Amino acid sequence: MFLKKVAFASAIALWAGGAYACEINARVNIIGNEFPAIQTVGAGAAECTGAEVSKNLTADHKDIHVAGMQGNPAEYTSAIVANSTLTILMNDDLVRPLDDLVAKHGGALQKSQLITVDGKVMAVAFMANAQHLMYRKDILEEIGVEPPKTYEEMLEAAKMIREKGIMQNPIGGAYAAGWNLAQEFNNMFLGYGGTFFKEGTAEPMINSEAGVNTLNMMKALTEYMNPDYLTHDSNATNAEYRAGNIALLNMWGSRAASQTTADGVTDAVKNGHAIAGPMTVGGGSTPASTLWWDGWTVAKNVSDEEAEATFIAMMNGIRPDMMQNDEIRQQAVWLIDGYQPTEAAIGVFEAAKAGTVPYPMVPYMGLMHGSIGNELSDFLQGKESAEQALSDIEAAYTAAAKEKGFLK
Amino acid sequence: MKHRTFFWFFLPTGLAMLLFIALPIVSVVIQSVYAPHEAVLKTVENCTPLVGCTTETTIDQDATRDIREAQPLGRFVGLDIYLDRGHLAVTEVGEAWAASASMGGFIDRLFNLPLYRALAFTLTFTFIVTPLLIVFGLMIALAVNSLHSRLKGLMIFFSLLPMIVTPLIGSLILFWMVDSRGVIGSALVALAGDPDFSMKASTGLTWIMLIVYGVWHSAPFAFVVFYAGLQTLPQDQIEAAQIDGATRWQQIKYVVVPHLMPLVTFVALIQLMDNFRVFEPVVGFNASAHATSLSWIIFNDLGGETRQLSAASATSVLTIIGVAILLSPVLVRTWRDFKGK
Repeated sequence: MFLKKVAFASAIALWAGGAYACEINARVNIIGNEFPAIQTVGAGAAECTGAEVSKNLTADHKDIHVAGMQGNPAEYTSAIVANSTLTILMNDDLVRPLDDLVAKHGGALQKSQLITVDGKVMAVAFMANAQHLMYRKDILEEIGVEPPKTYEEMLEAAKMIREKGIMQNPIGGAYAAGWNLAQEFNNMFLGYGGTFFKEGTAEPMINSEAGVNTLNMMKALTEYMNPDYLTHDSNATNAEYRAGNIALLNMWGSRAASQTTADGVTDAVKNGHAIAGPMTVGGGSTPASTLWWDGWTVAKNVSDEEAEATFIAMMNGIRPDMMQNDEIRQQAVWLIDGYQPTEAAIGVFEAAKAGTVPYPMVPYMGLMHGSIGNELSDFLQGKESAEQALSDIEAAYTAAAKEKGFLK
Repeated sequence: MKHRTFFWFFLPTGLAMLLFIALPIVSVVIQSVYAPHEAVLKTVENCTPLVGCTTETTIDQDATRDIREAQPLGRFVGLDIYLDRGHLAVTEVGEAWAASASMGGFIDRLFNLPLYRALAFTLTFTFIVTPLLIVFGLMIALAVNSLHSRLKGLMIFFSLLPMIVTPLIGSLILFWMVDSRGVIGSALVALAGDPDFSMKASTGLTWIMLIVYGVWHSAPFAFVVFYAGLQTLPQDQIEAAQIDGATRWQQIKYVVVPHLMPLVTFVALIQLMDNFRVFEPVVGFNASAHATSLSWIIFNDLGGETRQLSAASATSVLTIIGVAILLSPVLVRTWRDFKGK
């Protein structure tokens, strides 16, 4: 075991110190989330020599990146973002267009990696993500059904599992009040063909038939969930899955590979774990899920030298030869040239193939997401009607959007 | 004390209070009457991986920059934010009043609004936890005080533990224990005989859990204060009461409690203030679906992907006003006592 570790470490060291020298001449400071794929990118950027590369990779990145990039010069020269967070940074005009830097140093990039807004490259994506089905194939075999393709089939399977006495609450879901619950609403709402805003304006329109259907489906699913569901975030839901307490769940693709490798996973879960694309709902053809990308940006309020150094360092963090490393390949669905998908990537690719809608990149989506997260739990607890919950969401959103100047 | 001496004596404290108390309050008040500028929106083409290009709305930065530079504070909105749905919700309360036939219906509608819902829990929490923790604190203090002196040190240490444990950690530990798969949770499921029984899923039980936690966490503070007070209890009064044939209960009622009364006022004052700002247990217990507090609203406004600084400031000002109202009876009383002397 020890020798193996030494061998692995030296292999990493050799590979890291390999042919690609990376020289920079100005400081680089990265802020971003902390999951393994981003740790890898950060470590790659930190290999550069010539100037200091610091990084702050934390789950609380969303709370500090705006403040950390608002000053001039900005504390952070790069923020690692996703669909939703790029919009937040762009709302405050904190990231710079990258076209000239892409032309100069972006030779290794694929065109599909460039996130362009209004014709300008605003971020460089390196991985894709989506929520999709994870299930226990041993349990579905036991009740003799195929993996569900729709949420209606999921409910039927859950009913059979409960009736056969295999599990009391077979469905899992990250339904914790707040961001997670709102995200599950978004998925289902898009699956029912709903649209959040009136075309081209910030006016909400979720109090619709799609909205009511969404809420009723969510309520139906919660009947088969652990009664504590309103306190279960992604981590708690995964813990339930790993402990063998649930058989069907809609979960992030970025967590697919680690689902069976964490501590304390039972053998039944290890052998029975399987993934599939996202499900549809209500006879629709668009999956009830959203497509995400993760990428990096370069701060606006830094000198051109720092911006260039940041770009070079970040490019070193996503260079194609990293895709030769099996460990790294497992960590995400990479968008980098030369990436060969692993087993764990099937769900996200299926999601893209099935035409999953990307998470909306409009400036006021963050406010909508927050309002949904705060106002949904009353309905799920049976304290109010679906229509009332939806009109509460719209009212809460409208008040917030007026404050932020999106609505008059 | 001469005025001059008093001035120099008070100056450092006064400056510190001005800097760390008055100025932040002024800044919060200013922030609450300004809001970000109206956003200039435009439609653009966005291209993202795996999806291709779509038309989306974004903020026109060039147009917005000029407005921002001209008025960096934002646009003046006066009391608009205080009156909107997220705060005092004047319009919504009026509509609810007009639309409901009975008082019950009105209250239902009122508690559908975030600020009033938060107030309902915050006030319930404050007015149940504060008296309970005073009673418990006094009981523990009397019990510890009557112990053999060798045991006292040990008991004081254990009684203080809940206060030493960081609130967030304390609530998390309890949160895991009451999980339907946790120690207390499983025991309750067995007792209730219902596999779906869950403390976290019930609003009433969540409130009780938070209140029990609040008392558990703060009683040691009351205990320490009362215990210190008990050390100054004049023995001759107790002895006189004993000679008069007073029972232990009568001694406590007529001698000990009146002696500790100023301390009770002090503890009540501090704890009313603290409990009105209840926050950590709501986060630690993940209880926001059932119970929110004013402090939680501020946290939520600041913690979202889009930070609502003005909304958070308005709630902060309302919290300050709330604390002032809560404390006014106690303060008035203290002032009267002072004038009486």
